[in-house]
Amino acid sequence: MSENKTPLVEVKNLKQYFDVSVGMFKSLPLKAVDDVSFTINKGETLGLVGESGCGKTTVGRTILHLYKPTAGEVWYDGEKIGDKKSLQEFRKKATMVFQDPYSSLNPRMTVADIIAEPLDVHKMYDSPKERRERILELMGYVGLNSEHASRYAHEFSGGQRQRIGIARSLALNPGFVVCDEPVSALDVSIQAQVINMFDELQDKLGLTYLFIAHDLLVVRHISDRIAVMYLGHMVEMADAGEIYDNPLHPYSKSLISAVPVPDPKIARENKRIVLEGDIPSPLKAPTGCPFRTRCPHATEACAQSMPELKDMGGGHMVACHRIDEIA
Amino acid sequence: MSMLEVKDLHTSFFTDAGEVKAVNGVSFTLDEGKVLGIVGESGSGKSVTAYSIMQILAGSGKIVSGSIKFKGQELVDAGEKVMKTVRGNKISIIFQDPMTSLNPTYTIGHQLMEAILLHTDRNKDQARERALEMLRLVNVNEPEKRLKQYPYEFSGGMRQRVMIAMALACEPDILIADEPTTALDVTIQAQILELMKSLQKELGMAIIMITHDLGVVAQMCDEVIVMYAGSICEQGTADEIFYHPAHEYTKGLMRSIPSVEDAGARLKPISGTPIDLLNMPKGCAFAPRCEAAMKICLNEKCERMQLNEDHAAACWMNVKAVLDKEKGGEA
Repeated sequence: MSENKTPLVEVKNLKQYFDVSVGMFKSLPLKAVDDVSFTINKGETLGLVGESGCGKTTVGRTILHLYKPTAGEVWYDGEKIGDKKSLQEFRKKATMVFQDPYSSLNPRMTVADIIAEPLDVHKMYDSPKERRERILELMGYVGLNSEHASRYAHEFSGGQRQRIGIARSLALNPGFVVCDEPVSALDVSIQAQVINMFDELQDKLGLTYLFIAHDLLVVRHISDRIAVMYLGHMVEMADAGEIYDNPLHPYSKSLISAVPVPDPKIARENKRIVLEGDIPSPLKAPTGCPFRTRCPHATEACAQSMPELKDMGGGHMVACHRIDEIA
Repeated sequence: MSMLEVKDLHTSFFTDAGEVKAVNGVSFTLDEGKVLGIVGESGSGKSVTAYSIMQILAGSGKIVSGSIKFKGQELVDAGEKVMKTVRGNKISIIFQDPMTSLNPTYTIGHQLMEAILLHTDRNKDQARERALEMLRLVNVNEPEKRLKQYPYEFSGGMRQRVMIAMALACEPDILIADEPTTALDVTIQAQILELMKSLQKELGMAIIMITHDLGVVAQMCDEVIVMYAGSICEQGTADEIFYHPAHEYTKGLMRSIPSVEDAGARLKPISGTPIDLLNMPKGCAFAPRCEAAMKICLNEKCERMQLNEDHAAACWMNVKAVLDKEKGGEA
């Protein structure tokens, strides 16, 4: 939405491998995120889409250093996140909203204490009065009443719980919020309320979002740019409208064609590109291009090397060996 | 005669806090070979309607009144013996979560054959043949090998295929699909929906598709029922519902979905939260959240009104529109 293009979050060659034990003494690296690089500008929303197991949640968590990155760098506002001090500062500025509004709130804490926990941890107030005022301000941001403050999470519906989680993520005045499927557990009518709230808060507080979701209509609505992931790799990245109207990577094409459009006439005419088979296990990822086992255009060359992201013009990045032939 | 005829169905759950009227006067008919979509948000009673038809309600749930006729045969008071011949044989159901619907301790083959052995007089070898045939029908590769595997060896999409194979093994007349693709990824969802559509055409069965996803409805259904708080607020052909919604709730739902065309614009959500079924309002259940609510909406329930041959809705706005038109005509 904003026009100035100052990078706020820069992710360079990020890798996140998990050791998975196979058998008693042997373990294999599960390459959840493999060499992912991107930049998010100030005030921008980058949507991250892909199917389960593609590593989109891991990207979000690794950026926030909830997992220590296996390799790669994260830069925030021109500073590299690395040592303990920079990490502590970074965690005040970068927060997270979780997917499940039921399990991400402590059932034994009142709403006020949940929202104020980041304030308590980072000692961000001088008096109980200041703490209280900040809590009420935050609750106001997300449309909760002051009378909700002394209640417990179980007394609230899913949509209201997600509001509590969002208020908590805003407690430290962050610049950057990772939203990990924040609306996928909510009903359609409630979902729209929460999406609007994300939009409004961004305008009001100048937030930058990494918006992770699998619902492409939602991502298309909220994002300025969209990145598509498959098996730990980024396969395509472009402006939201561009990627939706003109996807180039064969995976993005099938992903976008698979979205059920709520319009019977379009649905009847829509030529879906239905992919064969399932996503391979990331433990046995194919050599070369990760998508080649399901790709209708794959050749032998695709098995040889991992394609690099290539700019096709206007910042539309695609990672495909055969893009010039099939586009 | 319709395949399935549900008339004024009332299903309640009797809890310590009081009677929860989960389904409150639902009527509809399902014709042979049609796909009927039931849409609504959580707690709208769409699943309970399906469970009532199958009579698989949880402990405290009970059909209070109403009639469910399958090919003219009354099911509500038919008793367990009759229901056993109906369930899985004439009416089948697949559930939302393919991860928990299969028993992890038995092989896929065992579970597939169980249904066949129970409902038909095939012997074990024939049942195995039939199970293989079903797996082939739902495009599972290497069915002989798959038959000996356990559910954990299957992915989510594959498990849902097995559930569909199981549901269709006895060639039911009606398949009830309760959010069959909600737990699946979009590309896998597309596979499953294509599969269901082609099987429906091939086998000529009727489908009741329960979902909250209007996109899935648009793709699959001939007719649509929109439910809110246990009642049907609108009913009609898919085109009528999508292009001429006539209930404020349906309109609100449509506005809540991000559209592809104007992605920059703010959404117009329905305000408020879904209703508490223990404290139902006197008038229209949607009135407290409705922007267009009038005095009468808060005090009196609107009866279902037939708008045209293919479309009915229960909203006072339609009554008002008719009255306004008459008034205009007089003046």
